[in-house]
Order: sequence, then C-alpha cells, then structure tokens
Amino acid sequence: MLTKRIIPCLDIKDGRTVKGINFENIKDAGDPVELAINYCQAGADELVFLDITATNDKRKTLTELVKKIALHINIPFTVGGGISSSEDVRALLNSGADKVSVNTAAYNNPTLITELAKQFGSQCIVLAIDTKKVDGNWYVYLNGGKVKTTTMALDWAIEGVQRGAGEILLTSMNNDGTKDGFAIEITGEISKAVNVPVIASGGAGITEHFKEVFELGCADAALAASVFHYGEIEIKALKKYLKKNNIHVRI
Amino acid sequence: MKVAIIDYNAGNIKSVEFALNRIGIQPLLTNNSDELLSADKIIFPGVGEASTAMNFLKHLKLDEQIKELKQPVLGICLGMQLMCSYSEEGSTECLGIFPQKVKRFNSAEFKVPQIGWNQILNLNNPLFSGLTPESYVYYVHGFYAELGSSTIAETNYILNYSAALNKGNFYGVQFHPEKSGSIGEIILQNFIERI
Repeated sequence: MLTKRIIPCLDIKDGRTVKGINFENIKDAGDPVELAINYCQAGADELVFLDITATNDKRKTLTELVKKIALHINIPFTVGGGISSSEDVRALLNSGADKVSVNTAAYNNPTLITELAKQFGSQCIVLAIDTKKVDGNWYVYLNGGKVKTTTMALDWAIEGVQRGAGEILLTSMNNDGTKDGFAIEITGEISKAVNVPVIASGGAGITEHFKEVFELGCADAALAASVFHYGEIEIKALKKYLKKNNIHVRI
Repeated sequence: MKVAIIDYNAGNIKSVEFALNRIGIQPLLTNNSDELLSADKIIFPGVGEASTAMNFLKHLKLDEQIKELKQPVLGICLGMQLMCSYSEEGSTECLGIFPQKVKRFNSAEFKVPQIGWNQILNLNNPLFSGLTPESYVYYVHGFYAELGSSTIAETNYILNYSAALNKGNFYGVQFHPEKSGSIGEIILQNFIERI
C-alpha cells in the first residue's frame, strides 16, 4: 500500500540551512548535506530544499550544492526557491534534483507550469502555494509571503494542476512557525479538489498534528522544518506513532 | 566491470549515475553503439513522456540496438515501459521486448500519478536476493505495465501491476531503485553482481 510521506524541509541561504519563524528571524541550523544524510538515515521519505537566497549570482552555488546532495543521499528530493525558467529547472534536474517547486514565478506567468510539465513531465513539477486566511478566505501570497493576491488558494491549486503541476506543496502562513498544528481545513479542501498529491506544510509541533493532517486533512505527505532540525520530533518515533495509529508509513 | 547508462535525454540519468557511484561503480554515460556493445551491464533509465522518449531512441538509432543487446539490461521506470509492447501514453509502439502493454491508471478515487513509497510483493528473481518481502521502494508514475508471464514482482495501487519484469537478459523495474534508499541499492547491487 502507498504510504504517507514525512518530509523534512531545509531552507537554504548561501549554502547553509536556516529556518524562519513566521518567515522572519532566521536561525542557523547547520550544513545541508550533513543534515540531509542524517534525515535519510532517520527514515525521512523525501527532502525539500528551499533556496531563500534565490538571486541570480547564487544559482551556481545552489546547483553545486544540489550535486553534492544528490551524490550523498538515496531518497528523492525537491529543490525550490526563485525558479522562473526552464533553464533553471534543467540545471537543477541535471544536477540530480528529482523535482523542482515553483511559486511566485508560476503565479505571475501560469504558462510556466504548462511549459515545464510538457518539457520535463508533471512528475517533477511541484506547485508551491503560500496561503493565509484573511476574513475567512484563504488567499494566495507571493514573494515568500510578503505580497497578498486576491486569488483563492483552492482556485490556484485547481488551475495549477490543470496546467500540469504533479504535486501541490501547501504552506499555511497562519500556522507556519506556531507549532499549533497544520491547517487541516484548507489542506482537506484542496486535497479533495485535485487529483494529485498534496503536501501539507506549516504548523507541526507534536506527533498528533501529523496524524490529524493525514486523517482529517487528507494530506498525502506532511512537511516540517524546525521540529525536525531542533530534534523536538524524532522521525523514527513519529513513524512508529503513526503506524500504531493505523496510518501507513514506511518503516 | 563496465557498466553503461544509455544516454538519450532521460530525466534521471544523473541520479542513476550517483546511485551507482554510491555502490562503488563508475558508470559510462553513452549512446555510442560500440561502447554499449562492450559494456558488461547496461542500464536504460527513463523519466518523461513515452512517445517523446521513443522518438529520441529512434533518432539515435538506439531502438533497434537495444533489442539486439545480449548482456543484462535493466530498464528503470519509463525505460522499463519502453521495453514493453505498447504504451497508452501518446499511443506509442514500444520496443516489444516484454509482451505487456502499458496502461494509464484510471481512478476517480486514487490520485494519479502514484507518488511515494509502496511495497514490492511476490518477489521471484535473484534481482531481489536478500530483500524481505514487502520492502518499500519509491514510485512516481501515472502508467503501469499489466501483470503477465514476465512479471517478477508486483505492487498494488488501484490494482496489482508489474513492479518488475524479466525476459532473457532483459530486466525492468517500474520503481526508482536509485531513489529507494538502501533497498534500491541492494537491487542495483544484485543487478551488477548476481545477474
């Protein structure tokens, strides 16, 4: 049976891992390659690397890092952050990334998703959506959460999948960094509306939160950063807990 | 031991190369006829769309050559599907090494493509030596090969389908051994050492 996936996320700046709390106040949590190897051994199902430097002159640093990661780890990984062209995607895939995630550039130019899916296949195109609930509506936010749009996250997810996105990475800005749990409601709504896997992100604090987002939020995968980086949740223990609660995981 | 990876614009070549590096093999990436013929083992990778990939093979005149290979050949994911007779993806006539047809997962209930870790069942080949039944491997695919006489492992998603195929010197796996953790490395090692 297909399992639910546990995905640690590593935010990368200038080749180092960082984690923002509510997208600000960045702390240093170590060397990405070393962390990645540790996560593999701990039983992570997949890894996500988000480059928050994302300026053109840093691109080369990122592809070099991706090569190092690809050489050392034996599970799939996604790279995202500032990707805006098929050249960016080709460079990352050729360096050994399995998937890329697109966010702001895809929103500003939706045909990018169509082109990338056609060129590289839907299976490697992840649409990352940052969303925030304001007055009862979940809006799409851009530029790392700095720019609000008038588009609903659900509508954008549906359009993105129609255009060829093979997976949705949904981050709730209301929940991110709070450790109060994932955004169950919007995750469930989007997961039921699209026929591709949805990765829930933002808000993981305790193991029960993962159970909730799989059972109630219908998430196919759950992503977290700081709880894993700082050792507050141990992946092996988390998977044991989920298995005990009849959620299929790879152990 | 000379291991060649067929280089034809498939998406996962680098990952396969790195995975072989991890088990101590330095593979040669090539689409050169002589280099392929002189290799001891050949890996036929693949990520992408079937009809586009078949056109690449034809363009490089690899389609006829792959069928004629006498040494062990391991197709991975799309590589395996292209070794089947026909694929519903782009209505593509494939290489016809395995008799199976490749069909589209059809379900209102399950998500397509299948992305993630699933179990391999009914293992029946030295390719899987040393593995416990129901080991987890990593899949990313929207199309599957039917069960048939060449099936040497099965996986269940919506229905039971061929996780791996074997006919003569030709082997194929639908999952990605290069991304399947230590289980995948055992399978690659078995292909290199036991096949």
